[in-house]
Amino acid sequence: MPTLDIRGLTVHYAVKGGTLQALAAVDLSMRSGDFVVALGASGCGKTTLLNCLAGFLPPSTGEILLDGRPAVGPGADRGVVFQKHALMPWLNVLDNVAFGLRMRGVGRTEREAVAREKLALVGLEPYAERAVYELSGGMQQRVGIARALASDPAVLLMDEPMGALDAFTREQVQEILLRAWAATHKMVFFITHSVEEALFLATRLIVMSPRPGRITRVFEDLPYSRQFLAHGQARRVKSDPAFIALREEVLSLIHQREEPRGGTFEETDHG
Amino acid sequence: MAEPGPHAAATAAPAAPAEAKAAPPRTSAFKVPGEGSSLAISIVTIAALLLAWTVVTHAGWIKPLFLPSPQAVGQQFWEYLTGAANDKPLWQHFVASVGRVFAAFALAVLTAVPVGIAMGMSRVARGIFDPPIEFYRPLPPLSYLPLIIIWFGIDELPKVLLIYLSCFAPLALAARSGMKSASQEQIHAAYSMGASHGQVIRHVILPSALPEILVGMRIAIGFGWTTLVAAEMVAANVGLGQMVLNASNFLRTDIVIMGIVVIGVVAYLFDLLMRWVERRLVPWKGRM
Repeated sequence: MPTLDIRGLTVHYAVKGGTLQALAAVDLSMRSGDFVVALGASGCGKTTLLNCLAGFLPPSTGEILLDGRPAVGPGADRGVVFQKHALMPWLNVLDNVAFGLRMRGVGRTEREAVAREKLALVGLEPYAERAVYELSGGMQQRVGIARALASDPAVLLMDEPMGALDAFTREQVQEILLRAWAATHKMVFFITHSVEEALFLATRLIVMSPRPGRITRVFEDLPYSRQFLAHGQARRVKSDPAFIALREEVLSLIHQREEPRGGTFEETDHG
Repeated sequence: MAEPGPHAAATAAPAAPAEAKAAPPRTSAFKVPGEGSSLAISIVTIAALLLAWTVVTHAGWIKPLFLPSPQAVGQQFWEYLTGAANDKPLWQHFVASVGRVFAAFALAVLTAVPVGIAMGMSRVARGIFDPPIEFYRPLPPLSYLPLIIIWFGIDELPKVLLIYLSCFAPLALAARSGMKSASQEQIHAAYSMGASHGQVIRHVILPSALPEILVGMRIAIGFGWTTLVAAEMVAANVGLGQMVLNASNFLRTDIVIMGIVVIGVVAYLFDLLMRWVERRLVPWKGRM
């Protein structure tokens, strides 16, 4: 069973006149089927954490173990979904999804079969031959999800993948993502600014705070994504009084931390 | 393999709102500056210029030596076309000049694009090529023409070389800046799907540089035509530039204007061809 263990991970940036601690020691363990959502204000280090997991940024100390083996540098065992601008417009939808398999030398017939299967997971199979720039923003993000799944990674890393979508499209893509997650049992590490989105998707919610970036609160065993998968009614989940109460609790938790500092939370204004 | 057409696709995926982006309906009465087609206006402009030219020359306001009438220019064109003129026929001039420009352009594409790519990818290549290119790029070709003649003689080589040099710089600079077109996300995405450094260059950075390289090619061939007359100053006995230069020695302004129009039209037609190639090769340009 795939596991992801983060042990004592810290990140320092060298800045003028010293170092800036972007991430204080983070410890986190994920198991197959975990949907971990990181929530927090800008500058809380959640994107830094994701970039470390993806291998784009080497941690200053600590280690990342994927199935017990250190994960160094980017690799196909960790699929990444970006906020935007990450598809290749010179390739059609199918070739975008099959891109990673092609890079690893998988034959055309096989990689196209896999790509069609992943496109079906996000409901885009009829669009396989289309150009990606013809698709709407929501559909482009679904192509991004299918592409990340095509390499059959152990974990899916998602950096605010719905951040650029409008509210209606966002809800629709959330549901498609949950169904794809249920069908594949991947570990997911997901970043968002939206409390409602976080609670709806997560099996575990980690709330992060800035200066230095760290995990300040963890909500375990959130039931809402499984509730949605059981009955398929997103509004019913999101209007549940327990859901609303928790949403307000998390919101107040974040506001409480933001208000005394009043204003921007850019990492740079700390150095 | 059953390929669903656009309509079949739209009905087969009811979950997707906001399908493929067509031209959006107007939602504002205010226009974007410069909006709309300018074709009709361009045609009117050209017709008005021709009319003014005809009127001015027929009324005798300007002497034919300074501005020959359109008919006189057309007459020269016809004589050159049919070989009735006291010169080589037009097609020989045309073939010689087009041959020089395209040989130089092809050589420039083959050499400047790799040099530009190397400059974009490597600090060392940038350090080596940047000073010479930036030094010679603004120089007028006529200023170094004497050196080229002294070094390379007066046959075809110096002519092609002069045009080649004028094509080289814009192409190399376009390729160099094109290497920065790929987004950080695209590059990261490729790495996270297991691509090697070489594969990222081949499959992400180069394709994303293609739009800029194609624009560079359009600019370069334009510079090539601009340099044609200078190149054919070098002891040429055939070529559109030579034809114009020779006619100017005899104050034959009708032939001069005819030659200018032929060069302009050929260059314009080639630009149209390049734009068509652009639409075919990079239909995604500016759309992602």
